[in-house]
Amino acid sequence: MIRLREIRKVFNSGRPSEFTALRGISIDVELKKVTVLKGPSGSGKTTLLSIIGCMARPTSGRIWFEEREITSLPERFLTEIRRKTFGFVFQQFNLIKGISVIENVMLPSYPCGEDIREIRKKALELIQFFNLSGKESSKIEWLSGGEQQRAAIARALINDPSIIIADEPTAHLDTKLSLEFMGFMKMLKEREKTIIIASHDPIVYESDIVDNVLNMRDGIVITGDL
Amino acid sequence: MNRLRNILDFTISSLMRRKGRNIALIVVYTFVVFILASVIFFTEALRREATTILRDAPEIVVQRVIAGRHDLIPLRYIDKIKAIPGVRSVKGRLWGYYFDPLSGSNYTLIVVDPRNSLSGVNHGDIKEGTIIIGSGISRSRIVHEGDTMPFRSFDGIPLYLKVKDVLSSESAIIAADVILISEKDYKKLSGIPSGYCTDLVISVANTKEIPTIARKITEVLPDTRPIVRDEILRTYDSVLNWRSGIILMIFWGALAAFIIFAWDRATGLSAEEKREIGILKAIGWETSDVIMMKFWEGIVISLTSFLTGMILAYLHVFFSSYSLFKPVLLGWSVLYPEFRLTPFIDTYQIATLLFLVVIPYTVATIVPSWRAATVDPDSVMK
Amino acid sequence: MILNPAVIALLLSSLLISGMIIYSSYFGYQILRRWDIKSGSETQLSLERRTYLVSTILSYAFGFQLISLFLFVFTADKLHSIFVGAMCAAGTLNVNKFGYPALILKIASFLLAGLWLILNHADNRAYDYPLIKKKYLFLLLIAPIFLSETIILTRYLIGLRADVITSCCGALFSTQRKGLVPEIISLPALTMKLAFFSTTLATILSGFYFLKSGKGVYIFSSLSAISFFISILSIISFISLYFYELPTHHCPFCIFQGDYNYIGYPLYITLFVATICGIGTGVLNPFKTIESLTGVIPRLQRRLTIASTISMVVFLAITLYPILFSDFRLD
Repeated sequence: MIRLREIRKVFNSGRPSEFTALRGISIDVELKKVTVLKGPSGSGKTTLLSIIGCMARPTSGRIWFEEREITSLPERFLTEIRRKTFGFVFQQFNLIKGISVIENVMLPSYPCGEDIREIRKKALELIQFFNLSGKESSKIEWLSGGEQQRAAIARALINDPSIIIADEPTAHLDTKLSLEFMGFMKMLKEREKTIIIASHDPIVYESDIVDNVLNMRDGIVITGDL
Repeated sequence: MNRLRNILDFTISSLMRRKGRNIALIVVYTFVVFILASVIFFTEALRREATTILRDAPEIVVQRVIAGRHDLIPLRYIDKIKAIPGVRSVKGRLWGYYFDPLSGSNYTLIVVDPRNSLSGVNHGDIKEGTIIIGSGISRSRIVHEGDTMPFRSFDGIPLYLKVKDVLSSESAIIAADVILISEKDYKKLSGIPSGYCTDLVISVANTKEIPTIARKITEVLPDTRPIVRDEILRTYDSVLNWRSGIILMIFWGALAAFIIFAWDRATGLSAEEKREIGILKAIGWETSDVIMMKFWEGIVISLTSFLTGMILAYLHVFFSSYSLFKPVLLGWSVLYPEFRLTPFIDTYQIATLLFLVVIPYTVATIVPSWRAATVDPDSVMK
Repeated sequence: MILNPAVIALLLSSLLISGMIIYSSYFGYQILRRWDIKSGSETQLSLERRTYLVSTILSYAFGFQLISLFLFVFTADKLHSIFVGAMCAAGTLNVNKFGYPALILKIASFLLAGLWLILNHADNRAYDYPLIKKKYLFLLLIAPIFLSETIILTRYLIGLRADVITSCCGALFSTQRKGLVPEIISLPALTMKLAFFSTTLATILSGFYFLKSGKGVYIFSSLSAISFFISILSIISFISLYFYELPTHHCPFCIFQGDYNYIGYPLYITLFVATICGIGTGVLNPFKTIESLTGVIPRLQRRLTIASTISMVVFLAITLYPILFSDFRLD
């Protein structure tokens, strides 16, 4: 269980551009379930995702991850937790251009200290799983949109995380690819992964694999299962 | 360990991807190393040459000084010096300068005693009427073995001497402008009266005694000046040291410009680079991992430039007879000796180079690297 | 002043290192005052970010410091030919009154730099910066030594004049003068030998004991420190004699020269490495009980002890070699 209490996030505090993204969020996210954060852009979904995913720290409030408070852990430790626990799929894919597919997939594992051959093996398995075999040495920019999406998911899984976080994953995809994406999420749910998605796409939030939907607007949760 | 290797892997691949941006930096870096290395190699090689050559130089040379100037020394002084305990042998040397109006240069004429061979030069016995000339003279006057050279004696009478041999260019560093001549011819040419010679050469039994003996010589012969070999070496050392130091000071400008350039390059990351680091942070790289990547970048760039610069400098100093710094380091003379320096390179020079170039470069890139690395992980999500 | 590239390099690097230490000390002070790992405040976050920078700067600074000790000795040795009376680094250092103090400060800086790096390494292995305050406090305490080293080194290098007549090591390291050094030299060789071999062996043995049983850290550590001093004294007193095969040549610097196969370098390097690693093991010990370091410190101590004992053994081997295998006999 991931618990958030009174989470507030303020950017550029004290300056003219001060902006409050989250105004006091208190939610529980169940593990091994699929949770969707639904809401228009500017509602704070992305910010909330980054806080849950240990990418940013809240301005105030507290977070517990499986009974352990992680609110103010130093960056070093937080990053270690994040690397092992969370896998991210970004809206823009955020794959590194100019390097091969397999190198992209292997990247999150580089700082872990594992032997590179082991990492390579895992990466190849994932590439095979996502039907990208034969393309692992191609430069990432040569792949089609759908293939890049699959590579991005493969990358998110390289460290075998227990939680997958996706930020507007279907924003740049057509219906077919969006449905394909949700298909992958279903497979991951069957493998007991926790999935948290931020999206305002009905294909996502109306999918039958979704367990909880949290409606967000202007930095707070309007309705949601608690 | 693996972490180090993995990050190094990625660093190299990212450097290769951005060759364009890094080439400029590497070129400038290599150039700076090249200049500094050339100076350091050159001076060190010269120093060693001087030491080697001077090794065979006489331990003490005694000159006579009248009214503050070097004058001819009477041969009877020899016995007085021989009487000083610790002196092994005393010999007179006959030599001098000759101004040649045709080439506008000074030659050094040396009377060679076959028993007293000139270090590094093979000459044998010089018969009357013949001379052996140095390679520099041969070049500038276009005179070769078998030719005759005219000389003007002190009393105006011309003297024609046949060139028996030309000294090899290997000895050029000391003998480019040298003419070996017989005693009779030289006396005819210079007008030095018998009973006198130019200076005296002393060899001693125990080198530790040299300062004492030198002092005693001045006591016994107050109008003389002993020149000790070690002093020459020291002077040479000093001159080379400060001359190379001066060049370095001049290139301080180049070094400073390079450092500023490096710093600017490190600070001004392209949007692409910034994005990449953002992605790395987002997918789980920690600040220290990115700092490590930057560290490897610095090492790879430094090593490449350093090695290339050093190799180029080595080739420049030791294999091309044209050197950029000859004029400053060798002083002025009309006849430039053409010579090849013996290649010499040691850890000390490499260490000095490292300290002078790589350390400032590294320091200049620390803060920009850190700044690049402390990007927020969620920056790519915004 | 001797405008030699190496001298310039030494000056430049010394200034840079001091600059980096001053910069880091300033932030170290901030960290000491405001660091609070438990708060998630903006200040804390920016301090955490800063500490990456400061830690990196100091790692470089101290790394350079370690190398510069050797460059310093190297340079002193090379420059000897410029000075009347100097046959080795001993003479160069004696040209003005700042030479030997500069050397001593450099050695002290070397040891302290090594210790700080060990502390820093341990701190970085844990996730919650357990040693951060201690580390920066230590930095603030030792910073003055580095700064004075730069000042004295600068005064020494600037004051190098070729027209000064200095003494040869034969005169400096002889019994004819007054002072500490002649006292050491006039100690009977047998006493020194006993002292040296017993302390060195004791250090090595206590290292092994610690590796096997995990006990006796402080004994090992203190012995490392003691044997450092005794080793230096012994080098002057009798070890050097065997290398030179001369009963009167006590100079600790001539062994850096080519005539003796540059044996001075491995000799001193092994000694210094052994000392730093040995003392470091002890310095780390009080922090074993900190939660985040419970795994880290024992492992680090083991590695340091292994490094230290191996270096010490090699050092001992180097000193024994001429004693056993050359024809020179002291008594």
